[in-house]
Amino acid sequence: MSAEVSMTAAIARESPSSARPEFKISGAPTLAESARELWSYRELLFFLAWRDVTIRYRQTLLGAAWAVLQPLATMAVFTVLFGRVIKVPTGGIPTPLFYLSALLPWIYFSTTLTTAGNSLLVNAELLRKVYFPRVILPASGALIGLVDLAIGALILVAMTAWYGLLGWRMLLWIPLTALLWLFAAGVGAFLAAFAVKYRDVKHAIPFVVQIWFFLTPIIYPASAVPRKFATLALLNPLGGLIEAFRAATTPSSPVSWGPLGTSAGLTLLVVGVSFAYFRRAEGRFTDIV
Amino acid sequence: MATAISVDGLGKQYRLGQAQGANMLREALVQLARSPLKKKEATGRGSIWALRDVSFEVRPGEVVGIVGRNGAGKSTLLKILSRITRPTSGSASVCGRVASLLEVGTGFHEELTGRENVYLSGCLLGMPKKRIDARLDAILAFAEVERFIDTPIKHYSSGMRLRLGFAVAAHLESDILLVDEVLAVGDGEFQRKCLQAMGELHSTGRTVLFVSHNLAAVESLCSRAIWINGGRLCADGAPTEVIRSYMATFAGADDGTTDLQAIPDRQGSGDIRFTKIEFLDADGREPALVRCGDSFVVRLSFVAAREVVEPIFGLELHTSLGTMVAQVHTYNSGFDIPALRAGAGHIDLRIDDLNLLPGRYSVSIFAANYGHIYHDVLQHCAALDVQPSTRYGLLRGITKNPIVALACRWRLSVD
Repeated sequence: MSAEVSMTAAIARESPSSARPEFKISGAPTLAESARELWSYRELLFFLAWRDVTIRYRQTLLGAAWAVLQPLATMAVFTVLFGRVIKVPTGGIPTPLFYLSALLPWIYFSTTLTTAGNSLLVNAELLRKVYFPRVILPASGALIGLVDLAIGALILVAMTAWYGLLGWRMLLWIPLTALLWLFAAGVGAFLAAFAVKYRDVKHAIPFVVQIWFFLTPIIYPASAVPRKFATLALLNPLGGLIEAFRAATTPSSPVSWGPLGTSAGLTLLVVGVSFAYFRRAEGRFTDIV
Repeated sequence: MATAISVDGLGKQYRLGQAQGANMLREALVQLARSPLKKKEATGRGSIWALRDVSFEVRPGEVVGIVGRNGAGKSTLLKILSRITRPTSGSASVCGRVASLLEVGTGFHEELTGRENVYLSGCLLGMPKKRIDARLDAILAFAEVERFIDTPIKHYSSGMRLRLGFAVAAHLESDILLVDEVLAVGDGEFQRKCLQAMGELHSTGRTVLFVSHNLAAVESLCSRAIWINGGRLCADGAPTEVIRSYMATFAGADDGTTDLQAIPDRQGSGDIRFTKIEFLDADGREPALVRCGDSFVVRLSFVAAREVVEPIFGLELHTSLGTMVAQVHTYNSGFDIPALRAGAGHIDLRIDDLNLLPGRYSVSIFAANYGHIYHDVLQHCAALDVQPSTRYGLLRGITKNPIVALACRWRLSVD
């Protein structure tokens, strides 16, 4: 009985609003419409990311420990293998820091490619039942990994402090992470749209990730790239970015703004192309998934 | 501002085939290598218009019911208006904030608590967080789940989940509400509550577009009805008129058999699919004309795609105005079926002394599992024509469309 009373009360309060947006349904919306709409749905971006983070930490027994374990274990292996056995030059950076500072953004990027790339297929049921700007799914998928990245970064800060190298330049990680998110979301959105059209793309993603790992200066410094390939290496936006993450960690080497600027420019280009492709493809998502 | 929704020549074409244009990259690359200049050949699978040339206008405050058979294009229309899918041709314009409810509990996740799901679902349906903050108590009270707000909904009963989902929906702020078949689920009490909430929405002057197989609900709630058949608009007008002409078209069960295999776009898991419905004599041998007072057998033929444990079969009868006359199912009758093997079969329902007055009744059937898990749902898939007989009297002079015949006897005493 009380429920019905409150129902009436709720309806009385929510009289139709005076703001009456009108929209036309025909073909694809214009760019301006898409942008405005995306802004009005910004809350959903964080809600969906929050959902996935909550569920993941609730389901995994290890929870946050996993976020710490994976990069630390990999760092340990790399330090022994490449630091002691193969003796990769680190340019004066302590070997564990050299690897961890590059591994954290890389692990974030590689998991995000998978999460964001599969985001449309995984949420197919949602796509069929409710409307929202579809690009929110890969974009929020790219937010999820930031939690692990943040936890990992705290460990890195502690380690840098232990080496007595901690400085304000670590704050550069924040804008660098924003740029990395943008790049990961851009590539992820493209992959997501592509994976809807071609079902075998999701099997190809791990392979792409593996190749990309070797093309990016993670286990080696960017300075180790032979001169004749240096320009070519610039085409990988992740290279300049990860090198900048590394430079922002210790005072051993300054941030090389040239490659970073190229990375930023390429990131914007990738995001633009990806968004354009996504918009062209999204009209048919619901009919395909 | 004359219209809330205006639909102009709307059409939606689907390609036939399993997945609409989903391909393998592998194949596309091979294709590209073989003939780089040629566009991918259109495979001869053809296409189908789910909706074609539909035009209508809805004024603010109107409550419009959309009726039609399974696969007639009703849901496609709602999906286009909700912007979930884009039209192939034509256009529509919607004036006002739209909330569309194509299911109860949109976006609910098992692992999240009741409270968390309210926020998530509300956000997905377009309710800002601070509005949900303000409404949370009312929503939880409506759903009657206050005690369990911090319990993951995987521990909820299906009824609690439905109530929570509908509670979120009922508290959305919107000028226009698009509702698809929400009332087809849930128990009688819940349906009554939903209908009441819908009625109240109407009284607040909101525009509602309402797809339903519950013709009685359409008739009592809506100020107007639209009938869609084969993707085209068939009738548009007063609910009583539209429903009457819609019901008049149900497959005449001349030989007592209705083939159900051709019905496209079915609901349910598909683990069980009905193939045929027959009305047979009391021994289940010959097709029969059913007369008032007769005993007869309804035979439902089906194919089970896999083994189904504890299936429930059911049947509903509606009058030509959509009032439900009867609902019987094996669960209710206590006829428990432990398991159904994969393969074809049939189930017979024998009805004794049919006490329905002559007329045309529509038959809906379903195969399900306990807990609102449906395998196949066919609404109004066949017609049962009850012929006159003298079993319940002479049937003369009956007016005002009563439904049920009573076995009765008069006795007059004069003091």
